[in-house]
Amino acid sequence: MNAVIATSSATAAGPSVSRKPGERLGAYLRRELRPKGPLLTPFNVVSALLILATVVILVVRFVYGLGSVTNLDQRFPWGLWIGFDVLTGVAFAGGAYILTFLVYILHVEKYRPIVRVTVLNGFLAYVFYAGALLIDLGRPWNVVNPILGNDFGLTSVLFLVAWHFLLYMTAELVELSPAIAEWLGWQRVRKVLGALTVGAVIFGITLSTLHQSGLGALYLMAKPKIHPLWYTELLPVLFFVSSIFAGLSMVIFEGSLTRRVFQHRAGKELARSHDAIVIGLSKICAGVLFAYLGLKVVAFLHDQSWHYLSGGWGAWYLFEVLGLTALPMVLFVVGARRGWLGTLRIAALVTMIGVAVNRLNVSTIAFKWYEAGHYVPSWMELVVTGGILCAEIWVFRWVMLRMPVLGPQDAGTERANEGGDEAASPAQA
Amino acid sequence: MRRRAFLKLLGAVAGTAAGSALESRSAKAEDAVAATARAEDQAAVLVDLTVCVGCRTCEAACAEAHGLPEPDWSDDFSYETERFADEEQWTVVNRHETSRGEVFAKRQCMHCVQPACAAACLTKALLKTPEGPVVWRADKCMGCRFCMVSCPFDVPKFEYHSAVPRIQKCRMCWDRLRQGEEPACVESCPSGALTFGTRSELLRLARERIVQSPNQYVDHIYGEHEAGGTGWLYLSPVPFEELGFRTDLEPTAYPELTRDFLTSVPLVLILWPAMLFGLREATARGGESSDVPDGWRLEGGVT
Repeated sequence: MNAVIATSSATAAGPSVSRKPGERLGAYLRRELRPKGPLLTPFNVVSALLILATVVILVVRFVYGLGSVTNLDQRFPWGLWIGFDVLTGVAFAGGAYILTFLVYILHVEKYRPIVRVTVLNGFLAYVFYAGALLIDLGRPWNVVNPILGNDFGLTSVLFLVAWHFLLYMTAELVELSPAIAEWLGWQRVRKVLGALTVGAVIFGITLSTLHQSGLGALYLMAKPKIHPLWYTELLPVLFFVSSIFAGLSMVIFEGSLTRRVFQHRAGKELARSHDAIVIGLSKICAGVLFAYLGLKVVAFLHDQSWHYLSGGWGAWYLFEVLGLTALPMVLFVVGARRGWLGTLRIAALVTMIGVAVNRLNVSTIAFKWYEAGHYVPSWMELVVTGGILCAEIWVFRWVMLRMPVLGPQDAGTERANEGGDEAASPAQA
Repeated sequence: MRRRAFLKLLGAVAGTAAGSALESRSAKAEDAVAATARAEDQAAVLVDLTVCVGCRTCEAACAEAHGLPEPDWSDDFSYETERFADEEQWTVVNRHETSRGEVFAKRQCMHCVQPACAAACLTKALLKTPEGPVVWRADKCMGCRFCMVSCPFDVPKFEYHSAVPRIQKCRMCWDRLRQGEEPACVESCPSGALTFGTRSELLRLARERIVQSPNQYVDHIYGEHEAGGTGWLYLSPVPFEELGFRTDLEPTAYPELTRDFLTSVPLVLILWPAMLFGLREATARGGESSDVPDGWRLEGGVT
């Protein structure tokens, strides 16, 4: 896929420098809003078709109801859009709070070059995937009720999650805002926004702890419906802990794509330290995966689930725990020791698949495991999920090609980046 | 009861993190205590399955009282397979072949004492009324269907083929109750299988029946403890497993399952920021706490 995206943007390496002092804002914005690079690339065509199909499906959905496009029914009220888009998407977006923790709280400077791109990714993931919640709501016009309505469902875990999504998106926007100010050439505004960063980071980490675990807590009351191998009182803790390696694996995986596709936008610092960053993050992943497996064992022993291990569900459970959790942990350890970046990328990918499988197990696959005629998403649910992903990539690319996300771009603010910019671009084309 | 008030308080802190709201919240919390304290006096219905003849008059009365489509009579097939209450029919009577012959069982919302659906609802669209019935309010509901995920009896049903979908389920004729009438199904029942009253009255009545005719009933009042207690109570001639009732449900109310999590929320909200800020200051190298705290440092390279 990275090759596909690359073809669309590699040649788009127009000399993009943030707004120069004195340049009129209107003219600058008009210039920036224009696409940079050829429009008719394979990725653009395919993604545009997917997005178009998504729009059509959503129109049908809002006119004829959720049942007209999804395979949801009275027994399976939540499907792919919640299980994958929201639960998995939010776990994958966990990298932002971990990296801001490393850089702004623990002062680990090594990871500073990838903070902005990770926060950008996290922010967009929340906007698009948590936004996917809106299309899944039967009565979305009432979505303001838990925010503004006078009847707050304070005993609802979902009330907490909804508020936290909203507040966390705001915190991430604040964390990202210096990049936007730099892009617009607003030096003084940037200073003010920069001063807000640490507060937003601390608030953001706190919110992330609670809503990552809150997504697991959503299923606590579904105890009689989830297969005993997956239901545990530890669900909130497991969701939180797994969001750490889910997020970091996403950072590793996505970083290897971004670096190739947007190489010309990368600062010198990132170019120099990329491998060390990947190895460092991999070590964290290995450690947290180990702890997560420990928790899984505790949950398993506590619930005395031995007899469930025989049979299909047991095999599927063991595949998730051993094949998609323990195996990538070993790969992370070996890869980090030997400095094998390829192995680490595979480990990250397997870890991500493992987290997705885990979220889908809890929310759809092992949910109502006793029911015959189980929920399987319709093709339209899949298209919408794909369309939302493509729309997110478009926005991500638009921002990456304009704002100083991967490194300092503003010659006015920083030591000029010309060398890096021009040296990288031809290599890319 | 106190726990519930505590929960509500915590929720207030957690959700809005607004200290100023605490005053009014705690008043509301006391209301909640009062409501729960009255649980035994809330409206309830006792279903005696040894009496039910499976005439389905209750189905018709329910449909008529709520303007729902008339149940499909053409099919005595509906006695062949187990049916579930749905968005167009809020109560169904099923026939079961059991160890003691044919038994009919009416099903509908159980109107839990502490309903999972209402605890799950982030807008209080699903509401446990002080009178006992659990009702749904259109102007509040977002259609998120978390109630359906949470209800241990799988009762709330969603209109999947509507642009303005509603959550539909038995509301125990709340409006009729408030006018001093019985629920439509109870009123219509010709066999006397349904008895309307307060929960404590009906529990007493049910126990008396079991004691008086120990051979006729199994020694189990379904709904006395299931899911922490429900407003609808059942007496049966056969073990409830044979009727497709879930007997593996928690003996405590389902909202209790999220209690620990909700309790930890305000703790995290208070402790995390303090810890994080402390960590940041503690790990700062000498005189560095005023470093440029955003994306790229303005001067100096990477370490």
